[in-house]
Amino acid sequence: MALLEVKDLRTHFRTDDGVVKAVDGVTFSVEKGKTLGIVGESGCGKSVTCLTIMGLNNRRNTTSWGEALLKGEDLLQMRPSRLREVRGDDIAMIFQDPMTSLNPVHSIGKQLIEAVLLHRDVSKKEARERAIVSLEEVGIPRAESRVDAYPHQFSGGMRQRVMIAMAMINDPEVLIADEPTTALDVTTQAQILELMQKLQADHDTAIIAITHDLGVVAEMADEVVVMYAAKVVEEGSVNSIFNRPHHPYTWGLLGSLPRLDTDVDRLVQIPGQPPSLLNPPSGCRFHPRCSYVMDVCKTKVPELAPLTGDQGHVQACHLDEDTKDREAARLLQATMSGAA
Amino acid sequence: MFRYLIRRLLWAAVLFVCVTIVTYVIFYVIPATPAALVAGKTATQEDIKRAEKFLGTDKPVYVQYIRFVNRLSPIGKIEVSPGEYKGWGFKSPSLGTSFATRQQVNDVVGRAAPVTASLVFGGAVFWMLVSVPIGVFSALRPRSLLDRAAMVFVLIGISAHPVWIGLIFAYTFGYKLGLFPITGYCDFFNPSTDCGGPVDWAHHLILPWATFAVLFAAQYVRMIRANTMETLNEDYVRTARAKGAPESRVLRAHVLRNSLLIVVTMLGMDIGLALGGAIFTETVYGLPGLGKIAVESIFSFDLPITQGVVVFATFSIILFNLLVDLVYAAVDPRIRLT
Repeated sequence: MALLEVKDLRTHFRTDDGVVKAVDGVTFSVEKGKTLGIVGESGCGKSVTCLTIMGLNNRRNTTSWGEALLKGEDLLQMRPSRLREVRGDDIAMIFQDPMTSLNPVHSIGKQLIEAVLLHRDVSKKEARERAIVSLEEVGIPRAESRVDAYPHQFSGGMRQRVMIAMAMINDPEVLIADEPTTALDVTTQAQILELMQKLQADHDTAIIAITHDLGVVAEMADEVVVMYAAKVVEEGSVNSIFNRPHHPYTWGLLGSLPRLDTDVDRLVQIPGQPPSLLNPPSGCRFHPRCSYVMDVCKTKVPELAPLTGDQGHVQACHLDEDTKDREAARLLQATMSGAA
Repeated sequence: MFRYLIRRLLWAAVLFVCVTIVTYVIFYVIPATPAALVAGKTATQEDIKRAEKFLGTDKPVYVQYIRFVNRLSPIGKIEVSPGEYKGWGFKSPSLGTSFATRQQVNDVVGRAAPVTASLVFGGAVFWMLVSVPIGVFSALRPRSLLDRAAMVFVLIGISAHPVWIGLIFAYTFGYKLGLFPITGYCDFFNPSTDCGGPVDWAHHLILPWATFAVLFAAQYVRMIRANTMETLNEDYVRTARAKGAPESRVLRAHVLRNSLLIVVTMLGMDIGLALGGAIFTETVYGLPGLGKIAVESIFSFDLPITQGVVVFATFSIILFNLLVDLVYAAVDPRIRLT
């Protein structure tokens, strides 16, 4: 049994304009110590998927169905008190914007200590010790004195390190990272990714990395889930996704990825805008933007189906496999030299 | 910190000079002769001249102003009788003497200030007790029945005139139900009238407090509600929940602490402002506070009293703004006074 199993997850928001189906049947699983990358454009439901797993959606206007089994226990069905025990202890989350994710009026030490005291029966002094150790672990220099500093006294990269320290302080089994490097500059991004990989190796943590950056996925992930308009369109191991992509949307993502080692005059972009989840397109939701669109795409919703010879790799597209293999090979030749 | 205080005090001095000069100039352009009022209806031209000389209003306005500043300053020329001085030295600051009653303005303001202070501070407690819980609950349950009721209250509180509210309260709770006295003031300490002590003091002030608090309570409910709703959507509140903090702790340590910061500022400024005289409330309930003596002094062209109230109001606004800054620096780590 996988550490975290998400089955047919659905999350709907009631808004003044109608029901927004932000997550519409998402299934994936994460193994202990492995990394799952969830990729997709802004607004495709990848963040909401993770907020639903954590139970952090606004309960007033949100309804969720499906299962999110953490070691067999369904996070969606948990009593609130049990969910609070699990959150921050077994499953932790770091967010996109480290500038706003820490409370500006409390010292970072206080916020770290709070995280310890909520889950461990230790004295304040011990919790403080634990906070300092965990700041050292994420590479905050002079952790003993910096522990009393306030968030505004840290740079963005350092704040994200503090966020990671706070998420990892109780040694969770699953760490959800919601675009952890999006708000940071490129050199800091690499450091943060490296740090997460080091911590993962040290603690054997499973990581769910949400990102729109395929570079991050290639760097970190073992498994990849590609989401489009609240649905999973392709899912497989990182090698398989990068070497044999089988969904036109994934091709679009790969084609728009800048590479240093090949000479491309112009990056390919996916035409059009992501659809409104208030009123998604019929049939395959990608069909209005797909250059391979057929009549069947407009009426029939494609099911996730495995590739021949690769049972772990599933995709949802009506195109026949030969065409897809041919197109994938052409794309790889055009944009990439070799495997990711 | 020290440099900050020095700078603030210099600004306070500039502000003080501006405000008092404006008051003098306004009095100067009003076509009235206080001396004629003082000298009485049957006074001759000579009587009025004498009175003018006695009051000092025969001198040009800038001389009058310099005399006023001299009286108020702890070091300066020592005045033996109106317009006559003997040498320089230390003296106790004085706001002068009333044109109409010849009372020391220091004493007049000193008697009225505690009344206004009682009204304002008690009122502030009143409106905070009302607005914090209502504002926070409205924010937690937007569009609920309580929230909608609160918004109706806010609309009434902001729209209705304090005099009208005062009269309604006085009629209902004072006259019809007979729960509270409609008028009068009792001293908290050392009763000078037939009633006195904390109980009488509070009993007489409940209606004024409530009246005075309505407008502010309405504004504060709206402000606290908006701030709390905004803070509830902050990323760090989500972080606190993700840590596994129970909702009560999230609210206490992460929402209210942040959303009530702004209230500190508002409260300080409003109290400072209101100490200059809560004219409407004092008028309705006949409280002998600063607002009442200010209005009376304006009608009798009694410049020293008006100026005394203005000086006191300026002083309390400056003081409370300074206090706000100090408190704010203490509660918000992002702010350092430099």
